[in-house]
Amino acid sequence: MRLKLRVWRQTGPDDAGRMVTYEVDDVSPDMSFLELLDVLNEKLILGGEEPIAFDHDCREGICGACSLVINGTPHGPQKATTTCQLHMRTFSDGDSIDVEPWRARAFPVIKDLVVDRTAFDRIIQAGGYITAPTGSAPEAHSVPVPKPDADAAFEAATCIGCGACVAACPNGSGMLFTAAKITHLGLMPQGQPERDSRVLNMVHAHDEEGFGGCTNSGECTAVCPKGIPLAAISQLNKDFLHAVRAKS
Amino acid sequence: MTEFYEDGDNIADTKAPDGPIETRWERRRFGAKLVNPANKRKLTVIVVGTGLAGGSAAATLAELGYHVKSYCYQDSPRRAHSIAAQGGINAAKNYRGDGDSIHRLFYDTVKGGDFRSRESNVRRLAEISVEIIDQCVAQGVPFAREYGGLLDTRSFGGAQVSRTFYARGQTGQQLLLGAYQALERQIGAGNVEMNARHEMLELIIVDGRARGIVVRDLVSGEITTEFADAVVLASGGYGNVFYLSTNAKGCNVTASWRAHRKGALFANPCYTQIHPTCIPVSGDHQSKLTLMSESLRNDGRVWVPKAKGDQRAPGAIPEDERDYYLERIYPAFGNLVPRDIASRAAKNVCDEGRGVGPGGLGVYLDFADAIQRLGRAAVEAKYGNLFEMYQRITGEDPYEVPMRIYPAVHYTMGGLWVDYDLQSTIPGLFVIGEANFSDHGANRLGASALMQGLADGYFVLPNTIGDYLAAGPFDKLTADHDQVAAARQQVEDRITRLLAINGDRTVDSFHRELGRIMWEYCGMERTDEGLRKAISLIRDLKAEFWQRVRVPGDGEGLNQSLEKAGRVADFFELAELMCIDALHRTESCGGHFRAESQDADGEAKRDDEHFSYVAAWEWGGEDAQPVLHKEDLDFEYVHPSTRSYK
Repeated sequence: MRLKLRVWRQTGPDDAGRMVTYEVDDVSPDMSFLELLDVLNEKLILGGEEPIAFDHDCREGICGACSLVINGTPHGPQKATTTCQLHMRTFSDGDSIDVEPWRARAFPVIKDLVVDRTAFDRIIQAGGYITAPTGSAPEAHSVPVPKPDADAAFEAATCIGCGACVAACPNGSGMLFTAAKITHLGLMPQGQPERDSRVLNMVHAHDEEGFGGCTNSGECTAVCPKGIPLAAISQLNKDFLHAVRAKS
Repeated sequence: MTEFYEDGDNIADTKAPDGPIETRWERRRFGAKLVNPANKRKLTVIVVGTGLAGGSAAATLAELGYHVKSYCYQDSPRRAHSIAAQGGINAAKNYRGDGDSIHRLFYDTVKGGDFRSRESNVRRLAEISVEIIDQCVAQGVPFAREYGGLLDTRSFGGAQVSRTFYARGQTGQQLLLGAYQALERQIGAGNVEMNARHEMLELIIVDGRARGIVVRDLVSGEITTEFADAVVLASGGYGNVFYLSTNAKGCNVTASWRAHRKGALFANPCYTQIHPTCIPVSGDHQSKLTLMSESLRNDGRVWVPKAKGDQRAPGAIPEDERDYYLERIYPAFGNLVPRDIASRAAKNVCDEGRGVGPGGLGVYLDFADAIQRLGRAAVEAKYGNLFEMYQRITGEDPYEVPMRIYPAVHYTMGGLWVDYDLQSTIPGLFVIGEANFSDHGANRLGASALMQGLADGYFVLPNTIGDYLAAGPFDKLTADHDQVAAARQQVEDRITRLLAINGDRTVDSFHRELGRIMWEYCGMERTDEGLRKAISLIRDLKAEFWQRVRVPGDGEGLNQSLEKAGRVADFFELAELMCIDALHRTESCGGHFRAESQDADGEAKRDDEHFSYVAAWEWGGEDAQPVLHKEDLDFEYVHPSTRSYK
């Protein structure tokens, strides 16, 4: 296949940035989208140009490092798929493809397609954990967890923290990410003691980082590569209201 | 002295306690000096890497009261490659009542490692496995559960009991997030200073002790020197020396290799685990290989056509024209034979011309029987995400046609040499997780890497490092100290040199070529002739790299080509040592199969009389040969026997 790529190039945080057009020949349908960029980058290097910077690592859809807004959609056109797992067979010969970074106030661009997502880590620091000191844990079977609860907690826990939800949200909200963690920990007996303080602290940290509020537009779940449902946000709202009432 | 290396002294002391193996760890813990809580605040530990080992170690050390400085090259510690581990984690809980015990896990692991691991270490690992599950459950790791609310388990390659705990096909992710959350809690509390997007490029040794590292901020390009009272490397494995592997693209050997060049011995580098169930290569553009969890072999049946060159679609091949070769050759374990056995068997049938898919480099992993027996819904519940992933990558639906799989480089059992306390040969330098060599021997059984990473990080290191730190804090260092300035200068010179070459080949092109040499001559099967050829090819390619590589841009900011170039430069040196190690070990064991050493059935032939030792290599210098130090292995409790799975 032969493709035309329009890629966002930005030399650094202070550069205005621009779309630059590249042609790529010999695209195999078996390539992943990131392998397409690898091939293009090798050409750029040999041609004396700087390669396109982009984040990636595991390339098997689990580390959450890869990003890219492809033709206007975070992680591209295929549902429940990370960019590294998006294969070129999804595209057709002669297609023109736009490639841009995540765009959100809380995710400043570092270079080209690389953005800073450390705001997510700081939301976790605010309470996205269970306080369990090492070496003194009770026997694992001492607290049974009903299978439906364990399964539901697992579903929420599969969030990879990629930030597609933020990139898709018209408000730049990180609520789906925050809600996934609150749902995961809140569904398990181990997560109960800190349930109220967790949701209050995490939502506060979320707002402090400059993420927007949630208006239930649902764009986040539409692009989530792990299919985290909007119900997680309902759970967050429920927990939040409960915590606020309990506090007052 | 030989053509490729020199002989050195044997390693005399591994610091393992003697006496009854059941109480060795307890006695070591009791014997270790304790650090007063008020003094812990004054001590700083650097931890490089934030995977299962590094993340859990940093969190635990901080919780104990030490000041911790943590480093990872990723943008967040949550992205360390432990996150990609699919299958599960072993623990001798015996919840199934199927005869499991700490001793049996110990026994299986020593045997599974082909008698090239240490009994004391493995026994400790088996003991701690029980505590790991408790710890992770307490943290809220959502392990699979039975309807009654208790933990579910499954069996894994190399074991006949059901001792593997799992969270669907994403166990590594959930365990890592548990460690990450514990780490973030300590970061939030101010006990850990986290430095993401930072890469360690040199070790700082002052007065014979590891006292810090030189790091590059990958965003600003700034190079700084960081000090501590001890340094912990938890920087993972080096499988990416093969270019194509199941490792994340950023996985590298640089942290370990820089320490090796500064005096830390590197043990058993030739032991590479080849994982039998990966998605086959599809073309030259390929950047990595994707693993399909070994747990699939619980229900999937592996087969190839009986006839050579049978091009029919799998569904068109009748039952009696299929060869379920693992079930045929290894009836006792069938599809669940250990990874090295399953990988070699796949290679053999493909070498016979009976492989399937493009290039004949693949075998079928068929779920038709399981779907018929359990129903599609049950198969989907167990393996749904893996099936989905397979479909995405290949464009084929594994519910309809069998998966195609082929072995791929997965895990490295070699690594920096450590004693029982996980301390390297450099005082103050500790090495944990995949970065050390100690627990898996020549072959790693399924679901034991996660176990080792967390055992080292949560339970072993936090106890043993105190014994060393009790002598601290050490003298304060400053950036202008001679040895500190020299380490920094080495880093700067190397970067300047890489940027100045400005040749006509990309870093990736060199890496791919190196990978092909390694896979061809130091992969699933090795020969004397092949390894000699590989050493010569690697030397030539390395020389060419330093003349012809092109690294665009400068060092003053985010430069991903520069990052890769530094890592590939180290892979060249490691690759040579791997081949020398593989060449000197004229036996077959675990992941190391020497074609000259096999029995009449083509099974690996170990040579305990001559090779029952750890090969620990000392860096000889830029233009000198490495020096071989041997650590003899004693087997008092699990007597070496032929590892037969028939």
